[in-house]
Amino acid sequence: MLFTSYEFLLFLIVVITAYYSVRKKHQWILLLAASYIFYAIAGPTYLFYIIATTLSTYIASYKINALQEKQSIYIKENKGSLSREERKEYKAIMKKKQRTWLVRCLLFNFGILAVLKYTDFAIANVNSLFSLFGRNKELPFLRFALPLGISFYTFQTMGYIIDVYREKYSYERNVFRLALFISFFPQLIQGPISRFDDLKKTLFEEHSFDAREISFGLQRILWGYFKKLVIADRLLVAVNTIIGSPKEYQGVYVLIGMLFYAIELYCDFTGGIDIVIGIAQVLGIQLEENFIRPYFSKSITEYWRRWHITLGTWFKDYMFYPISVSKPMLDLSKKCRKWFGNGIGKRIPVYIASIIVWFTTGIWHGAAWNFIVWGLLNCLVILISQECSPLYLKFHERFDVADKGWYRLFQIGRTFWLMSFLRTFDCYRDVGTTFRMYATIVTKPNYLELFRGGLMHLGLTPADYIVLILSVTLILIVSLLQRSGSVREKLAARPIWLRYTAYFAIFLAVLLLGAYGVGYDASQFIYSQF
Amino acid sequence: MKKKILINGAVFCVAIIILGFLQRLLMPKYMYAIPEGNLIEEYYDEVKNHEVIFIGDCEVFSNISPVTLWENYGITSYIRGSAQQLIWQSYYLLEETLKYEKPDVVVYNVLAMKYNEPQKEAYNRLTLDGMKLSKSKIGAIKASMMEEEDLITYLFPLLRYHSRWSELIAEDFQYILKKDTLSHNGYLMRVDTKPVNVIPKGKKLPSYQFGSNSYNYLDKITKLCKENDIKLILIKSPSVYPYWYEEWDEQIVTYAKENDLTYINFLDVADEIGIDYQADTFDGGLHLNLSGAEKFSRYFGKILSETYGVPDQRTNPETKKIWDEKVKFYYDMKADQEREMAEYGYLKSYGAQAQQLEE
Repeated sequence: MLFTSYEFLLFLIVVITAYYSVRKKHQWILLLAASYIFYAIAGPTYLFYIIATTLSTYIASYKINALQEKQSIYIKENKGSLSREERKEYKAIMKKKQRTWLVRCLLFNFGILAVLKYTDFAIANVNSLFSLFGRNKELPFLRFALPLGISFYTFQTMGYIIDVYREKYSYERNVFRLALFISFFPQLIQGPISRFDDLKKTLFEEHSFDAREISFGLQRILWGYFKKLVIADRLLVAVNTIIGSPKEYQGVYVLIGMLFYAIELYCDFTGGIDIVIGIAQVLGIQLEENFIRPYFSKSITEYWRRWHITLGTWFKDYMFYPISVSKPMLDLSKKCRKWFGNGIGKRIPVYIASIIVWFTTGIWHGAAWNFIVWGLLNCLVILISQECSPLYLKFHERFDVADKGWYRLFQIGRTFWLMSFLRTFDCYRDVGTTFRMYATIVTKPNYLELFRGGLMHLGLTPADYIVLILSVTLILIVSLLQRSGSVREKLAARPIWLRYTAYFAIFLAVLLLGAYGVGYDASQFIYSQF
Repeated sequence: MKKKILINGAVFCVAIIILGFLQRLLMPKYMYAIPEGNLIEEYYDEVKNHEVIFIGDCEVFSNISPVTLWENYGITSYIRGSAQQLIWQSYYLLEETLKYEKPDVVVYNVLAMKYNEPQKEAYNRLTLDGMKLSKSKIGAIKASMMEEEDLITYLFPLLRYHSRWSELIAEDFQYILKKDTLSHNGYLMRVDTKPVNVIPKGKKLPSYQFGSNSYNYLDKITKLCKENDIKLILIKSPSVYPYWYEEWDEQIVTYAKENDLTYINFLDVADEIGIDYQADTFDGGLHLNLSGAEKFSRYFGKILSETYGVPDQRTNPETKKIWDEKVKFYYDMKADQEREMAEYGYLKSYGAQAQQLEE
């Protein structure tokens, strides 16, 4: 059931109506039922995987918690009789037991994800190796069906079990509540990846009908559909035309493709998240923001702090820091400092952790080399810019431009195009083709084609371009307004006629200008495929 | 609070009016091109008291002239035909028609028996968009939808035609509130001629058996007519294209026998009717032109009148008054089409130059 389908809208209306009709204490149960129905519609067999994740996580969290409680009671009861060393030793034993359950849970769940998502990628690589060494043998692909949103819910759930292990919060005693946390239908497909302690505050709470919250939620949903249907799915035609015929569309078209894909991806992903957060808000549930105007970033590091925030923080909290402060890494750090001096020695473990995180980020986005190269190139750019930071400092000491508007615009433009270049790996899905297309930007000087109607050969009509220009301008204006606070709040303070005109105009824009229905290929949200 | 409710109510009403207006604006009007898109909805403006109802595809709305039936036999009839009307659409159209009136005879053209499954969204639209909302319409939609279609887009066609905003033409504004009548009781007139060059031979088919779905709806039509004490006549109209196979004919003969129905294959009596395929078709044998349609109607009208006892209504002053107007409209259009033929050497208007949807 696509978010852009009529079935989903009907499903949503039924769920919202039922949600505010049942007793408040039963609201979360209704949401659980709705989430499982939603998931079952996507594929009944997928339920097996999400239930397996829920049960394994519940059992592991229960065991870990039991060990934590046992430890706490034991230490409390033997406070006077245990020496410091004995207490430390006991804690270490108990921690090891907890770690065993944690590792089992992580292996089981990441194992499911790895097998389903990466087996064919591994087979393809093995086959390539066979071919490289002149062997004709080819292993057959297993073609496992990938359960809906498995990358998202696995990461969210594993974040939870790690937090329980770290005693950030206690485990959820009610397995059905845990099931809802894992399967909450709006965020199941493309996130945001929530933290249990944040989400539980509103997910299990009783919610009264709040007209203002519901109105705000609906506005956000509408805005999400505007981005997705009016802009992203319209641009999809041109992007597919360009990347579908790399022999035909080279040079300037590669740049156009980068620009269009940047806008398409932004509107697709942020539009999807707007819908998700809007639905949750209608239900009185608060989800974390996943984007803060990322295309206004002045550096790639800043960009990654503002784009897909919940995935970035997940990697930071559950991967980067644990690797950076792990014992082998600390040992390596010591050795490196000894060998290369304090400066580089200190940075090497951080760089290794960064490479591992970016490799994983790449492969999380897709089981293909292009994603891995994309991740590693992101890492490379970040590390180079970190290494060059003394140079930047010197430059800014020499030239006082940092606060100048034009320089900030330059930084924003530079970051936007840099990210767009890197994102090209996502488009062509083939590392070799991507590099060849980069080369054509210089080797195929066909820039004048744009003035000879080149844009009209990409599947879009002049009317489409007018819609796109106006819509992107509107997004830009809204983004600028957002810097000084919520646009919905601002609009709510305006006269009623203006408010209703604005709501209705956006509604009509989606209705009339949206690329949906017969004649348009139903397009999934890009991130729902990860 | 009361003021807020009033404002919200008013806003809601205005929004509905705007959406209704936009829907009317964006829906195709079919005034100049593809006039067959209007056939189904024109029926609702009729005085519904017909003795004969025709259902089926283009072989009824192009080949039978109700005005000829009226002029020669005093038969009042209406054609609820539409382009590539599938048999389940014919069934639901008949079901809907019987809610308005009860004819003596229903005539079904059996060509569509060859389609066992929905074929094309564009054709579905030509039939279904014109139907008024009813249980029959919902049934017709559900039976006709292709995989990529949604029921809601038939109930709110704005969802289907939303992207026409960039293709709007003068007729979309001109006919937003009221459309012209284009047919003569469901008959689409064409006076131009395009002779049959080659008498077709049917391509070999993997199977000649009509599908179970087609039979199911033929059974339903038969049952519906029997329940309402209506005589059902199955016909194969005398169009030479698409090819009507002997094997298909045999199946209809058998079905008619088993169900005590009359089946007439008019292709077998085309010479007796007097159809000259060099002069009586406007598209090389797919559809009859006015001359052909009038010949066929005179022939069929005699059968309806003499064999089935369909009464002559010409003595009924009220009916006569209504039909006098129809006859005038018919001859005015005929004269206008002949004028165009004389002036341009071809038929310029009446959808003649519009690209035909592919069969």
